Amino acid sequence: MEILMSITVGVLFMVGTYLILTKSLLRVILGLMLLSHGAHLLLLTMSGLKRGAPPLLGEEAPFYADPLPQALILTAIVISFGVTAFLLVLAYRTYKEHKTDDLDKLRGTGDE
Amino acid sequence: MTALHWATISPFLLAILVPFLYKYLRNIHTGWFVLALPVFLFIYFIQFLPVTSNGDVVKHTVPWVPSLGINFTVYVDGLSLLFLLLITGIGSLVVLYSIYYLSKKTESLNNFYVYLLMFMGAMLGVVISDNLIVLYVFWELTSLASSLLISYWFHREKSIYGAQKSMLITVFGGFAMLGGFSLLYVMTNTFSIRGIIEQAAIIANDPLILPAMLLILLGAFTKSAQFPFHIWLPDAMEAPTPVSAYLHSATMVKAGIYLVARLTPAFGGLPEWFWIVSAFGIFTLLWGSVSAVRQKDLKSILAFSTISQLGLIMSLLGLGSAALYYGTGTEAALYYSAATLAAVFHLINHATFKGGLFMAVGIIDHETGTRDIRKLGGLMAIMPITFTISLIGLAAMAGLPPLNGFLSKEMFFTGILRASELDIFNMQTWGLLFPVIGWIASVFTFVYCTIMFFKTFTGKFQPEKLDVKHVHEAPIGMLISPIILVSLVVIFGFFPNILSYTIIEPAMAAILPGLLDEGQRFYVNIYHWHGFNTELLMTIGVIGVGIFIYLTAKKWMQLNIYLKERDPLNYFYDQSLVGLIKGSTSVTQIQMTGLLRDYFAYMITFTVLLLGYTFVRYDVFAIDTTNVAVISPYMWILTLVFIAATLAVPFINHRITAIIIVGVIGFLLALFFAVFRAPDLVLTQLLVETVMVVLLLLAFYHLPELRKEKFTPRFNGVNLIISVAVGIFITVTAFSAFALSTSNGIEPISLYFVENSYTLAAGKNMVNVILVDFRGLDTLLEVLVLGIAALGVVTLIKLRMTGREDV
Repeated sequence: MEILMSITVGVLFMVGTYLILTKSLLRVILGLMLLSHGAHLLLLTMSGLKRGAPPLLGEEAPFYADPLPQALILTAIVISFGVTAFLLVLAYRTYKEHKTDDLDKLRGTGDE
Repeated sequence: MTALHWATISPFLLAILVPFLYKYLRNIHTGWFVLALPVFLFIYFIQFLPVTSNGDVVKHTVPWVPSLGINFTVYVDGLSLLFLLLITGIGSLVVLYSIYYLSKKTESLNNFYVYLLMFMGAMLGVVISDNLIVLYVFWELTSLASSLLISYWFHREKSIYGAQKSMLITVFGGFAMLGGFSLLYVMTNTFSIRGIIEQAAIIANDPLILPAMLLILLGAFTKSAQFPFHIWLPDAMEAPTPVSAYLHSATMVKAGIYLVARLTPAFGGLPEWFWIVSAFGIFTLLWGSVSAVRQKDLKSILAFSTISQLGLIMSLLGLGSAALYYGTGTEAALYYSAATLAAVFHLINHATFKGGLFMAVGIIDHETGTRDIRKLGGLMAIMPITFTISLIGLAAMAGLPPLNGFLSKEMFFTGILRASELDIFNMQTWGLLFPVIGWIASVFTFVYCTIMFFKTFTGKFQPEKLDVKHVHEAPIGMLISPIILVSLVVIFGFFPNILSYTIIEPAMAAILPGLLDEGQRFYVNIYHWHGFNTELLMTIGVIGVGIFIYLTAKKWMQLNIYLKERDPLNYFYDQSLVGLIKGSTSVTQIQMTGLLRDYFAYMITFTVLLLGYTFVRYDVFAIDTTNVAVISPYMWILTLVFIAATLAVPFINHRITAIIIVGVIGFLLALFFAVFRAPDLVLTQLLVETVMVVLLLLAFYHLPELRKEKFTPRFNGVNLIISVAVGIFITVTAFSAFALSTSNGIEPISLYFVENSYTLAAGKNMVNVILVDFRGLDTLLEVLVLGIAALGVVTLIKLRMTGREDV
């Protein structure tokens, strides 16, 4: 299972990287979202995917899934959500100001 | 802090006061206030003459950074005192001269005297410091002050060019010198020059000695304008003439000489030191004298003449260092030390006549408005005093009897003739070159002195070529300083022995310590007539050939090479500077494209390469299937759908479809979380993904009309390779990390949470307990992140900077 998940994570990273290398701003943001998905899944995979009960003591099971990575991922999801939302609005403002979302045209500074 | 320390830094203290004196006492020329200090310091330093002529030294230490061995140690011996007297003595005369040279109405005197005092203090610090780091600090201050003074008329382009050039070259050398000092510290574990000299025998066998020597010599050669670093000195002639007289003839350019002389006890006796110092010196002597003949500007002639004379002193110091090879008390050592004697004597002589000549040229410039020898002529009757001053100075420089230049030139010939008899360091084969080159250079020295003299003072007076209407003699105040200097030239010429045991012998003893037995002294007796010998014949030859060359001047002055004034080495300097700027600009332009994509590509490629190298280098790839969880059949389906959806994203041409597919991926991820027993993650992921998709749609909806076209991303092979490499490496890293985690057998800390969530924190949902109890701080800051993001979003949408471009 972990092997399969590692490959899945690799695919997510591959596609994410491909997207952030493109010219469209929106695609870059989509790429970043896929990269964060990949990172979250990797966190979960690396803690081991052995079957156990959900980390709820009420289950009274002999084994539980590891709760610590889940807490970490929860934090990471929220943070990446905040950042992505901000980036989206930033991209929106960029469209409004520059009438383009082509990163090739959004280069350089006024001083050049 | 002793009186000597205060004396060293007193110019800096006075420099602080100068702007106030200039501002509040406008009626009095600021130079008068400044003049008192060097005069006072000169008198103060003269009191040390009896001390050093007895062979004693004065040494006081004030700790500065004791933990690093850096102390402000003043050390006065014969050599230091010689320089201290030169700096303060000529400094007084130069300040006096500048009072008449610079008008208090039109010049910003506050700047001038602040820089000049800063220079004087720095120079005193260089020659009085025993600590190499303190010496270096003062050394760089002299470079800085020199550049400030060269660019004193900063509205002139040439001044700025000259200042920049001198700064670049001398600071380059100074920095190399710091490296050499550091190597000396590595070898001897002390920054004290005295301490290093004590260990001279030990460091002679150290492998670091050659790099240290080369770096230090680089510093000395750049400062003292030795070939090929002499090119800054002619361009430094854009400075006011008092500055040229003081810095670029008498003091600063001798800092390198001082350093070589000071460190001769540490390096002397080594063949490398002997050869580098002598060879560069003798070649600079020749190069400078030949170049000086070609100059048409009086100050340029003097600049190249300074270069040439500095080469002479430098080569003598190099040749004299051979004496240390023979060791204490031997006849040979004393015999070959004649070169050092000549070096010290010529050092004094050069300071006197070159200072006087610069001042005389300044007077001519001041009174006629030009320094071009093609415009000047016939000034003998118009400016009789200046004429006399120049005559004495030039005759001394050319080496005519009975002036001091003659004596030092004779001693120079003696020194190089004796050195050519050396049977060490391969001198048997190459030794004869030194007298030959020295003799040729002396001929050229004679020629440029005659050119300078006859072109300026004889011939026809041509007032129509001059801008100034009434050419007349300079005011007396301007003449005092050069008169004093040329009087010294005459006095030292007729009575050279007043210097012998007061200044020269102690300085020699400082340069060549340990040569003498207890109670013995160097034999210094300078006299005019020493019989018919080779030296006398050489001098007669110089004068004869020199006169012949001058008489045939009409012919060779037509030669093409005579018309080229600029030193050909300037071409290399200018080209390398231009090349450096062009090169760095193009290097920057190659990589700094301004495209986000390129920067991403650099970062990712570098990371992947680094990771790949580490994998190969340490052979850490591992895959471990023993401990993995089993895969349920439906997981295959789920995973394959997930992968398929992910792979589809780059191929989608509609924006809206892409957004939906990304949404699908997010929801599938939530499903993964469900399978992997993470209910809280499922909830959060579902919520976040929903909001995300809504936001994406909003952004999409607000696109301007023109961007609503469909798009097909350009298929980019490089991007593909990079991203596939990233995917592979992440997978491989995951494999290896997982294999490592199962093989090292470390238990996860989660058991603690399982056992204590309820007992310690009274919660049964372990994830939530971790989030708000065990690791509550993370959550707090995460809330802060969300808050900042929200504020940022509001700001971005609401805030409009009107009236100017805000993005």
